[in-house]
Amino acid sequence: MSKQIKVALIGNPNTGKTSVFNQLTGLKQKVGNYPGITVEKKEGVCKLPRGVKAHILDLPGTYSLNTTSLDESVVVELLLNKNDKDFPDVAVVISDVENLKRNLLLFTQIKDLKIPVILVINMADRMSRTGISLDIELLEEKLDTKIALVSTRKGTGIDQIKDLIADYKNLSITPNVDTTVIAPDYFEKLKSTFPKEDLYKLWLVITQDVNFMPIEKNPITIAASFATKSKSELKRLQQKETILRYQFINGILKQAYKVDINAAKGLRATLDKILTHKIFGYLIFFVILLTIFQAIYDWSSYPMDFIDESFASASEWVKDTLPPGVFTNLIAEGILAGIGGIVIFIPQIAFLFLFIALLEESGYMSRVVFLMDKLMRPFGLSGKSVVPLISGTACAIPAIMATRTIENWKERLITILVTPFTTCSARLPVYLIIIALVIPEGRFLGLSYQALTLMLLYLMGFGAAIFSAMILNKIMKIKSKTFFVMEMPNYKLPLIKNVVYTVWEKTKSFVLGAGKIILAISIILWFLGSNGFSDNFANADEIVSEQIEKQGFSDFNKTNIESTMASYKYALQDSIEKKAYALDHVAISDSLRLKEMALQEKATNQEIASYKLENSYMGYMGKAIEPVVRPLGYDWKIGIAVLTSFAAREVFVGTLATIYSVGSDEEDTIKNRMAAEIDPRTKRPLFNLASGISLLLFYAFAMQCMSTLAIVKRETNTWKWPAAQLVFMSLFAYIVALIAYQILK
Amino acid sequence: MTTTVAHLRRGQKGIIKEFADGILPIKLLELGCLPGNEIELVQVAPLKDPIYINVNGTHIAIRRSMAALIELEITEDFPL
Repeated sequence: MSKQIKVALIGNPNTGKTSVFNQLTGLKQKVGNYPGITVEKKEGVCKLPRGVKAHILDLPGTYSLNTTSLDESVVVELLLNKNDKDFPDVAVVISDVENLKRNLLLFTQIKDLKIPVILVINMADRMSRTGISLDIELLEEKLDTKIALVSTRKGTGIDQIKDLIADYKNLSITPNVDTTVIAPDYFEKLKSTFPKEDLYKLWLVITQDVNFMPIEKNPITIAASFATKSKSELKRLQQKETILRYQFINGILKQAYKVDINAAKGLRATLDKILTHKIFGYLIFFVILLTIFQAIYDWSSYPMDFIDESFASASEWVKDTLPPGVFTNLIAEGILAGIGGIVIFIPQIAFLFLFIALLEESGYMSRVVFLMDKLMRPFGLSGKSVVPLISGTACAIPAIMATRTIENWKERLITILVTPFTTCSARLPVYLIIIALVIPEGRFLGLSYQALTLMLLYLMGFGAAIFSAMILNKIMKIKSKTFFVMEMPNYKLPLIKNVVYTVWEKTKSFVLGAGKIILAISIILWFLGSNGFSDNFANADEIVSEQIEKQGFSDFNKTNIESTMASYKYALQDSIEKKAYALDHVAISDSLRLKEMALQEKATNQEIASYKLENSYMGYMGKAIEPVVRPLGYDWKIGIAVLTSFAAREVFVGTLATIYSVGSDEEDTIKNRMAAEIDPRTKRPLFNLASGISLLLFYAFAMQCMSTLAIVKRETNTWKWPAAQLVFMSLFAYIVALIAYQILK
Repeated sequence: MTTTVAHLRRGQKGIIKEFADGILPIKLLELGCLPGNEIELVQVAPLKDPIYINVNGTHIAIRRSMAALIELEITEDFPL
């Protein structure tokens, strides 16, 4: 097999670089992170003519090689380090025909590094509409390169890029601009000190951290301590270099680039006027947010229900088909349920990224930042943080993934850290059942207390998010770009292919990245809840059966069976009287007996499950933490439910159902059973106003979701942040719940 | 008339004057904010900040505080 040609795609943001990458590589892409940092690394393979293959690296978008952000320093460090395994054989600079002048700045810098470079001029389809004409031959000659005129929208010119890459050895590596003229003496001195090094490279190394110091800097092998000039002097020289390059570019474009001004205006100005309007702008953004919300909250519930049912029945099938035993249980209740818990997120992630891809691709997202910047700035958040914060109300997982669009690392990190405070849909079942139990019915200004409580919980979630963002903004010492300069790209119709790739790639990265962690934790939780070390656990079936034989069912189950039987009997007699069917006495008593037996069997199973859970590892853990949760007004049963709901908050209700040995499928029964629970110490209902409010507050603030922790680990590339989140949020929740309970009790 | 970008009204244009070195972030220069180039104020965000300018064909949003550092010579005055 022949050696792969290493290609690096470089370009300004918004030039369609990703489209070019997608068209070159298709779905043969790999997305990861650069080691140690959170900059996304995209790679792929492209087949060239004559059986040659190219390894394509899509570098982060950058306006120049003067680094001001982590993304840009990734590009510069790669291009300066010949020993890097990704150092390109050939660089492909992607430019956009409408912004050619600005794009060429970066091109000339790369050319001066003496790396073979091809210029791609993208969006050729817009030339006629915007009145641009180009003299490609003259450009090739003056820039001393090869040019491919491409339209990723129409799919033209891609083959030409491939041909040029295959032919990269024939590219000239003569520099475009002689940078030394900006300070001849200085460069002369440099030359005599480092006679073997390339001067422009040296210059880039020296100026690399004038504007920006990366969090982690890879040492570059040449002595970078040539600090005979102060930072401000170096900055001034960088400005001179920029002006020099623009002079060079202007000189070329004057001859090779013509634009008919009259054709250029129009749609963009009109759209900008509407979309950034002080009323319509916000209104349109609000409607878009509502649609996103509706999609991830409502539309995705259909595929989610389907996934839920499919996995439940698959689990049943495994239990019925395989011989009973530990292994079968592991597959049915541990692994299958764990995978189900991952797959269930896919609809929400796909929907959210469908919208985000559309917003990004169309150029609208920049307008959102423009609209929201002033509002979000005091909290250390970006205008783009609005989308994750709002989508967090459905689910924090896709919301945290959506922070990828925020370029500034500090703003992004703060958004990631505070998003889990927003009230996600998994908290809703917990809220609803507790509110129904402890908040009295009644109205205030025509609004029911229960509805007001729910609204208050939502507001508190947002409040906690905003408030902690403000604090984090104050205390976090992260060097990042302090100024705000954002390009407002032209509006474009989104390319379906790019949108599909984004959705596909995000879903894949969730399943493969965070999915592993979620699966591992859910198997551990399952194991803890369905295994125990005591004899009580091993002999649960016999112990419970014996107990039932001696003492009968628990009071609640007894009355439950009696009342169900009574109403069944009544219904039966009623239908006989109405002549719905004719039955003799034997048939009636048979039917009643069967019904009773079924109810008893169900009750027995529920009591066994309850007994097992109580004596499992999880049960012991629940009892062990009782002293800790007692001051919050909880007993060990609630303690167990709090522990198990770490898998997902909504599991709280199901766990309580198991532990109170009622069927988890009847919500009213669970509620009645919870209402009937008496705290043996106070002789009052366990779920009273004080403990109820305490639980609500605990669930509002605690980091009760392993999937969120897993995705934060993936997005921040370290366990440090999810661990901090877990500790801080749980502690905060505990303190708030404690205060509430102690005041109200 | 001399003014700064922060003082422009919507639709107004001006030519960037020479500015002291090192005041503006290099990024702004790369995007075309160079002496002699023309700036047009395209749009002001509803809360008055940031502002949206067109410099040399490149459309960028910057905050008012930074805009106040860019000095201009007004060329075209719209009767607004």
